[in-house]
Amino acid sequence: MLESIKELYRYRQLLFVMVSRELKAKYRGTVLGFFWSFMNPILLVTVYSIVFGLIFQPKYAEMEKSIYYSVFFFTGILPWTWFSSSVLESANVLIAHGSLIKKINFPVEILPMMVVITNMVHFILGVPVLIIAFLILGKSLSIWVLFLPIAMFVQFIFTMGLAFFISALTVHFRDIKDILVNLITLWFFVTPIIYPFSFEPIQNSKFLKLFLSLNPMTHIVEAYQYLFFYGTLPHYKKLIVTLIVGLILFYLGYKLFDKLRDTFVEEV
Amino acid sequence: MGNIIVKDLHKFYKKFSNKHKFLTLKSAFLSKTLFSDLKSDEVFAALKGVSFDVKKGKTVSIIGENGSGKSTLLKILAGISKPSKGEVVTEGRISALIELGAGFHPEISGRENIFINGSILGLSKKRIEEKLEDIIKFAELEDFIDNPVKTYSSGMYMRLGFSIAINVDPDILLIDEVLAVGDASFVPKCLDKINEFKRKGKTIIFVSHDLGTVERISDKVIWIKDGKIFKQGYPKRITDAYLEYIGKKDEEKASADHQNKEAEGSLDKEKRWGSRDVEITNVKMRDGKGNEKYVFSYDEPLSIEFDVNSKRKEKDFVFGMGILNYEGVNCYGSNTHIENFKSNEISGKGKVRINIPSLNLVNGTYFLNLAVHKRDGFPFDYHHFLYTFKVVSIHRDIGIARVSHEWDFSENIKIKLKK
Repeated sequence: MLESIKELYRYRQLLFVMVSRELKAKYRGTVLGFFWSFMNPILLVTVYSIVFGLIFQPKYAEMEKSIYYSVFFFTGILPWTWFSSSVLESANVLIAHGSLIKKINFPVEILPMMVVITNMVHFILGVPVLIIAFLILGKSLSIWVLFLPIAMFVQFIFTMGLAFFISALTVHFRDIKDILVNLITLWFFVTPIIYPFSFEPIQNSKFLKLFLSLNPMTHIVEAYQYLFFYGTLPHYKKLIVTLIVGLILFYLGYKLFDKLRDTFVEEV
Repeated sequence: MGNIIVKDLHKFYKKFSNKHKFLTLKSAFLSKTLFSDLKSDEVFAALKGVSFDVKKGKTVSIIGENGSGKSTLLKILAGISKPSKGEVVTEGRISALIELGAGFHPEISGRENIFINGSILGLSKKRIEEKLEDIIKFAELEDFIDNPVKTYSSGMYMRLGFSIAINVDPDILLIDEVLAVGDASFVPKCLDKINEFKRKGKTIIFVSHDLGTVERISDKVIWIKDGKIFKQGYPKRITDAYLEYIGKKDEEKASADHQNKEAEGSLDKEKRWGSRDVEITNVKMRDGKGNEKYVFSYDEPLSIEFDVNSKRKEKDFVFGMGILNYEGVNCYGSNTHIENFKSNEISGKGKVRINIPSLNLVNGTYFLNLAVHKRDGFPFDYHHFLYTFKVVSIHRDIGIARVSHEWDFSENIKIKLKK
């Protein structure tokens, strides 16, 4: 494992180049270009504000104004998009880059890493939009926002571990891709993004509470909600457990990936 | 640096059937047999114990038919796939020209793609920056380098890919058939560059079907057949043996084709017509020694033989023959009338043989037409496009026929035939 990390350090330039290739390619040929990375979340948060602030107007005890719901939702959906896009794209990344694996002596682990990091960059570009949305809607932010990198680190480890698993297994079982599309939708609804974890029906049901607590994404998304929306110290104990789970997943995921590595050349 | 040692190299490919996969998806997770299920009992051996070594600075070519294991061998040398058994030691930096322009993104400019492809090939950013101008210049893309790669022609794409790969400055250069796709003017430039590598004392492994180039650039040729080294040694000796082998194989195929044609021929009205008062049957081609043969070297003597059978006495008859190339272009045609034979009488069975001391045709597949008719053209028996034969030549000359020629130069022109 330590060897592998050293190896990865050697490939940092390649990783950097591959990520910037993805980013450059994404908006190449569009008029707004890189600005789209900001435009997408801006449009999203505008739509949420209209829908929740003017039409739905949901009323929870902890949302002083119903329009705050739009930034609550946005706080959750931003890291969720990073997670779900990474998972879905990692299912395809080895097959899509088959020629690199088959024809070049290429460090394959770069590919799932490229996916997760590229989506992380999109997430990072969304953060200023999130902050501005808070300011415009008049909801104050606390100093805890500065702890954002901690939540991101936990999410990165967890997502990366899953991406190693998925990318390696999809080479052999192509059905995983189709299963994931459905699974991710389901996963979205069992993660407190459109509703807060403190929502009454959840707190009143032992089963729902336990079920949601077993989902690592619950604690990761909640961490962002604590830092931004509630402006408090995150539930650090749960977050530490999530990190440990993430590290185990990362270790096992990488091990599986490494074990299957030699089969990629013949199977992609 | 630059030495290669290959010891008893084996490569097995596992075959997975789809059904097998489908079953494992469920069972893999339930019964935790993921790893054992990923092993398959069906195994195909691509390499069966290959050993050789290459000393620094030598150029070794690997030849063999499709599927013989050459590309597998090259991939293992490049480190792309792992040997199943045996050992490969390569000293120094390797650059493999197997896939040119790996990682090129069509939407991104050529210049940016140089950095991507260069990084994939293991060049540092600093080194790419140093080499950038050389790369662009060698690829002849000065005017297009800032356009997206999707606007490039396949030739431009290949030139850029080659140019980057060659600038990796390896100790060992592995070259697959890549040169075959280049445009005509770029290929000599690539060969020059390869020769420059040779002069610099780099080790080169060259995999190709182009025997002419193989003979010209290599110090040694290895002929791989069915995953094993069949023959190796001095280039000319091996390529000649290989050419002969391929010729024999084609021969068998052409011979089988010929038999089929003969059987079909009598039915195919499009290809055979005439009154059949005089009939041509049993058409054979033979080499100088009288053996039946359908693949000839360009300079080999051959004869065309056929039986004739005339149902009644005929006084007016002409035998004709024609050779056409695969595009249907008439390469040569003649008949007994043109050549001033006076026909007196034919009856019953007979035999005709046309002796050709040397075909003097270029590489390719040809059709043989035969006919017997009256002087005014009335057809007795026409055999049109019924017989094919092949001409193999180590020369890569072009045209319809190989016109006999010799080059002669005055003293002050320094030019020499390559070995």
